This record gives sequence, structure tokens and C-alpha cells, in this order.
Amino acid sequence: MGDIETFRQETRAWLEANCPASMRFGANAGGGNLADELAWGGRKETYANPETKLWLDRMASRGWTAPTWPKPYGGGGLSREEAKVLAEEMRRIRAKPPLIGFGLTMIGPLLLQSGNEEQKLRFLPEICRGEVRWCQGYSEPGAGSDLAGLQTRGVRDGDTWTINGQKVWTSYADKADWMFVLVRTEFEKPKHEGITFMLIDMDQPGVTVKPIKLISGYSPFCETFLEDARVDHENIVGGIGNGWTMAKALLGHERSMISEAFNESEERNELVAAARRYVGQENGGRIRDGALRDRISQLTMDKTCLELTLKRTKEAAKLGQQPGPESSIFKYYATELNKERTSLLVGILGPQALGWDGEGFEGAEIDATRSWLRARGNSIEGGTSEVQLNIIAKRVLGLPD
Amino acid sequence: MGLVLTEDQQMLKSSASDFVRNESPVSRVRHLRDSDDPVGYSPELWAKMAALGWPAILIPEDCGGLGMGYVEMACVLEECGRALVPEPLLSTVLLGANAILLGGSSEQKKTLLPPVAEGSRTMALAWQEKGARYDRTVSAARAEKSGSGWRLRGEKTLVLDGASADHIVVIARTAGADSDREGLSMFVVDRGAPGLSVVPQKTMHLRAAAVVRLSDVEVPVSALVGEQGNAAALLDDVLDRATVGLCAEMLGNMRTTFEMTLDYLKTRKQFGVVIGTFQALKHRAAKVFVELELSRSAVLGAATAIDQGAKDSRALVSVAKARCSDAAVLCGYEGIQMHGGIGMTDEHDIGLYVKRMRGNEMTFGDAAWHRDRFAAMQGF
Repeated sequence: MGDIETFRQETRAWLEANCPASMRFGANAGGGNLADELAWGGRKETYANPETKLWLDRMASRGWTAPTWPKPYGGGGLSREEAKVLAEEMRRIRAKPPLIGFGLTMIGPLLLQSGNEEQKLRFLPEICRGEVRWCQGYSEPGAGSDLAGLQTRGVRDGDTWTINGQKVWTSYADKADWMFVLVRTEFEKPKHEGITFMLIDMDQPGVTVKPIKLISGYSPFCETFLEDARVDHENIVGGIGNGWTMAKALLGHERSMISEAFNESEERNELVAAARRYVGQENGGRIRDGALRDRISQLTMDKTCLELTLKRTKEAAKLGQQPGPESSIFKYYATELNKERTSLLVGILGPQALGWDGEGFEGAEIDATRSWLRARGNSIEGGTSEVQLNIIAKRVLGLPD
Repeated sequence: MGLVLTEDQQMLKSSASDFVRNESPVSRVRHLRDSDDPVGYSPELWAKMAALGWPAILIPEDCGGLGMGYVEMACVLEECGRALVPEPLLSTVLLGANAILLGGSSEQKKTLLPPVAEGSRTMALAWQEKGARYDRTVSAARAEKSGSGWRLRGEKTLVLDGASADHIVVIARTAGADSDREGLSMFVVDRGAPGLSVVPQKTMHLRAAAVVRLSDVEVPVSALVGEQGNAAALLDDVLDRATVGLCAEMLGNMRTTFEMTLDYLKTRKQFGVVIGTFQALKHRAAKVFVELELSRSAVLGAATAIDQGAKDSRALVSVAKARCSDAAVLCGYEGIQMHGGIGMTDEHDIGLYVKRMRGNEMTFGDAAWHRDRFAAMQGF
């Protein structure tokens, strides 16, 4: 107990001394665009705010961009308890995460789990330092949620593989340095077999990336074309033909990342604040519109239920229990809830949600509108809600095909 | 910690599950209904439950109880909810005895609680009045000083297990207007007190309830529970705890209803295939399952918060009751719809569950009432 208390004091002091003012929420509340102030890392990264880079480097020097990863791989080597203290202390000063992205949340955990030692030593430290940015090459035109229906082909020639095909919905591929990708390597086998999980260097001839413009006006997704792209044999993870097992493990990381992403308490009172401002309040702060108040109350409660369920699953995992059926509900419920929340927010803003750009609208209003549009995709990407419900019906409830 | 059951809690739950399965088929509730049984439960079975320690779970050891918590109580009540078990755990322990436990004098605790723990006496709480909806502060029933004690006058409704209870804790007003929060007081009245009459009520959801009439019932000074005029907060605490217990029962109600429905989806054939192959039905079943899991988290969250004395426990009680109310009603409605015509017949058990769940929804505040209370607690 004493040790952890010492760790807390030291951590608090270090964070106070090292977290730049602009890397704390509230320091610039209402100002700048949050997305611009978060580091994704990588060779193509530009930093709108130099303190973003400073914060990343300082945290990376301690391995605290990936607090629980082992030190030899660039992590902090912290115990779960210490990592919790670090998270609490960061929350206390409302510190922004020093680094985000699919390296930390998806390919990193998979390599820790299934990569060989060379792969871990090669890729993990540069992920932790924010030197390389990753994207995910899973979806293909025509395959969508039928992930195993992929057509991208890989042919081996000695120590090198030649890859041909097209990926789609490759998030931020235009900014990424490497891509983890599912490739069909055996063509006669059933569709779930014969898939191999590979790591592709994006910086080579034969890899072309084209952003896709979305209804929100943003272009976070890309089409990625692979024409005789090359992959060294050593960059296969989990062995030839084991890609589907890797994909499923990684989808687990992805789904928990997606549900955690919607689990940040910052947004909790956003609806209340907006309702008071745009709809009005009575004395004592009570939202004037009773029906709206009821909906906000319901959404807040729903979120509490989801958080409690996440907590329940984590506690069970700590006790060594296998993740129960409740874990399959997170992706479905978290994303449906986020669609509800963003939609309600736009409703609360009313005519102020009509802005697209420029005159007469605040940045937060335009953000709310675009977030609402962006959220429509939440229940499509990462396995649609319908696919999640099918999984529950089949795997948990045992309903027949 | 606390959202996952410990080994001891799991054992308690599985023994409750075995007991309910072996001793309490749903047909018992049906039989009690059809025979107009005035008690509404089986005293023999209640004695067996007492031998297992169920009424003693929440009562402290120095009052003859087991001194366990709400998670343990929820484990047992969930299993009871699976078979609509009618024995008076909720009324006796979570309502009547809890009023004494949370607000009573040490003298009251010493005399009233041990017999409850051992199962030899039952209790009830008369708090609700006709037309007050879910408002806990409405009390036209009044108490005035009389000689060395109090004289009670008024009428309470929907008193759970009121017709069979040995002691009834009554909310009566000692000051103020009918719906003031201040001026409420609590009294414990013995069943045989002159002027007290209890009339059984027939309820849609087959819970034994009664109208309790007080016609100049004289009680001694020692019958006052807690502080005179300040019972509103105490009543909230008691009802919150009972609400968690009721939510645990609702979880059990839902589980059985859902199992019945799933079973039907896997066996009933139409168009030459089992209907569980239809994606329209699969998705709806999966959604009910999600609601059930979220309800379970909410119930465990509220029970744990009360056990730990957490400061957000009241908010979590509202979260649990709102969630369980909506989920139970959905689970029941979907159950009937997926059963088709057979689900509309009295012969099929699903109707008993649907009625019980809807009735439970309307007990201690429905979902909308709890959302309103939650918003007020959160300051919006």
C-alpha cells in the first residue's frame, strides 16, 4: 500500500511538472479543435501545437504512452494497479492522452499476444514513441461485414510475398506508415481458412491511397489499392493460413476500443449544458422541457448501465473468469447509444445545428452536426449492429441458422 | 469489486435456485389465485425458507440475523422471481423489518427483529394511499396524541402481505397538509389492535395486498418508529432498499420469461422450419438479451452501492428500477408476441409473468418516475 502511495505522489509531481498547460482540458475550453491537439504519431504527422509533440516525447520517455506494456518493448512496465493510479492522476489534471491510434489499441496488443520476439522488438517500441502510424486493411469492396469474403491475393516467391487487391474503409490510410492487412494466400480452402495476416509498409511503389469524402464532410476513410505490393515473409503474424484467428483476436481489441471510446465521462453533461442553453432552464437549473429532460435522463442512465456492464466484465476477467456473453453486447450497445446521443444533441441545438461552415455558427455547433453524421457509421463499421445481433443470437442464445 | 459474485454468494444463489425449483413450481401461484387464498402464500414453505436463513439475511447478528448484504439478498430474490415465489420476503424483511432496522430504537430492534429473522413473525409496511400515484409524501392518514400514546386514523392501500402480517408499520401524518414532506411519522401497529382492519385486495399481478383501515387505533408511545414528523427520509431509505430487492425479483421474472421464449423459438415450427431461424425474431431476441444483461449490471451496481454506503446509491437505485421496469415490460411483450396466440391464453404461464412484471414496474415508482427523480438528483 505504501509503495502505491509513493508511486501516486511521484506520478502526481511528475505530471504537474511535465504536462504542458495546453495539454490539459479546460486550459483552452471552448477553444481549438480537440482532434488537432491529439498526437497520432507517424512519419507524416504535423503538430499544430508544438506542446503536443513535447507532451508525447515526455510521456514516451517514461514508457507511459503504453503504461502496461513491458519495458523492453517501449512500454512503462507498470502493474495494473500502477496504471490505474497513472490514469487517475492524469484525469485529475484533465491531461489529454499523449498518443492515440491503432498502433496502441489494435496491432500492438495483437503483437504482444501473438507476434514473435523479433516482431515485438521491431514494431512495439516505435509504436510507443509515436514514430509509426498504423492503419487497418480489413474491409474490401463487396465484402463489408462478410469479412472472410475477402479477395486480396498474396503469392509467395521465396522470402517475399506479392500482394494484389483493393481495401476500403481504411481509416486514415493517407496518414499511415504501415498497414496490417488480411490477405488470401490459399485459394482452394474454405473462406475462413487460407487467410494470412500481414504487415505492409505503405511507403513503397504499388500502394496507392485515395480518401473517401463522407456525408459529414470529413474524409477519415480511404480506399487502398495494392498492385504488386511487397511483404517480407518475416512480416507475417501468426503463421500462414492463421489470419482468421488473428483477425478475430484483433476484432476483440477493436470492439473494446470502440466501446471504451464512447465511455469518456467528459460528454456526460454536454446534453444537460446544451439543453439549458438552447432550450432553457427553470429556477434551480431544471431543464424546461420535461420530455427532453426525460430523454437526457434516460440516456445518462443507459450509459451508466453500459459502464457498469463493462466494469462487471473487467472484474470477472481479473478473477480469471472467461469473458462472459455480456462482452458481445458492447459494440452493439455503445454505438447505438452514441447515435442516440449525437442525434439528441442536434435536436437540442435546433436551427443552430443547420450550420456547415463559417458565419453565424460556433465551432462546437458545427462539430455537433458533423459528429451526428459521423455517428451514423458507428453501427456499420467494425461489424454492423445486425452482425453483432446475429453473433449474440447464434453464439450466446444458441438460435439455429 | 462487487459486480461479480463471490464463491459464497454463488453458493447461496445456487442453493436458492435448487430450493425454488424443487419446492415452488409456478402452479402454486396459480392455485393460490384460483382458491382465493387470503394469506397468499404457504406458511409451511415460509418456515422452510426461514430454516435456510432467508429472512435473516439482512438482519444484523446481534438481532438474531446473518448480517449479510443486499447482494446476497438479491441472489435469493432473483431466484424467487424465477418462479413468482409468493412468500413474504419483500414485505416482511425489506419493507417492515427494514423500517425498524433503519429507524427504530434499540428496544424495537431487540423485540421485533429476532422473530422476523427466525421466521416466526411477519411484517408489512403501509405507506401508500389511493390516488397518490408514486408520491411517497402523501398521507391523509393522521396520528394525534392521545393520553400516553397516539391515536391513528386513515386508510392505506396496496399493503403488500398486509392481510397476514403480524405487525404493520404505518405512515401517518403528525403535522402539516396531506402532501407535505414534513410531518410524516412512522408507527408500528400489532395485528390485533382494536380499530385495525385489513381487507385483502385482488391484484392483477398476483401479489398478496390489502387495504389497511385505521379507525381510532390506539398505540403506546413506544410504537413511534424514529423521530416524530421526520419519517420522509427514513421512508425513502426503506423504499430504496425494497426497490433493489424488487429489481432482483424482476431480473428473475425476466430470465424465466426469456428462457420460455427462447425455448419456444427453438421448437415451434412454421413454414417448415423452427421460427428461431428467422432473422427478424433473432434480432429481437438478442435485443431482449442485451436489456437483460444491462439490467443485471444495474441491479448489482445498486445492491453493491447500498452495501458499501456509496453516496450515489440513491441514483443507482433509480437507474436499476428504470432499467428493470423498461426491460421487464419489453421482455414480457416480446415474449407474448413471439409465442403468438398461445401466449394470450391463461393456460400458458407467460401471462402470469407478464402481469407480474408490469405490476412490479408500477410498484415503488415506474421508469418515468425514476428518471424524473434521477434528473433531479443530478441537478437537471
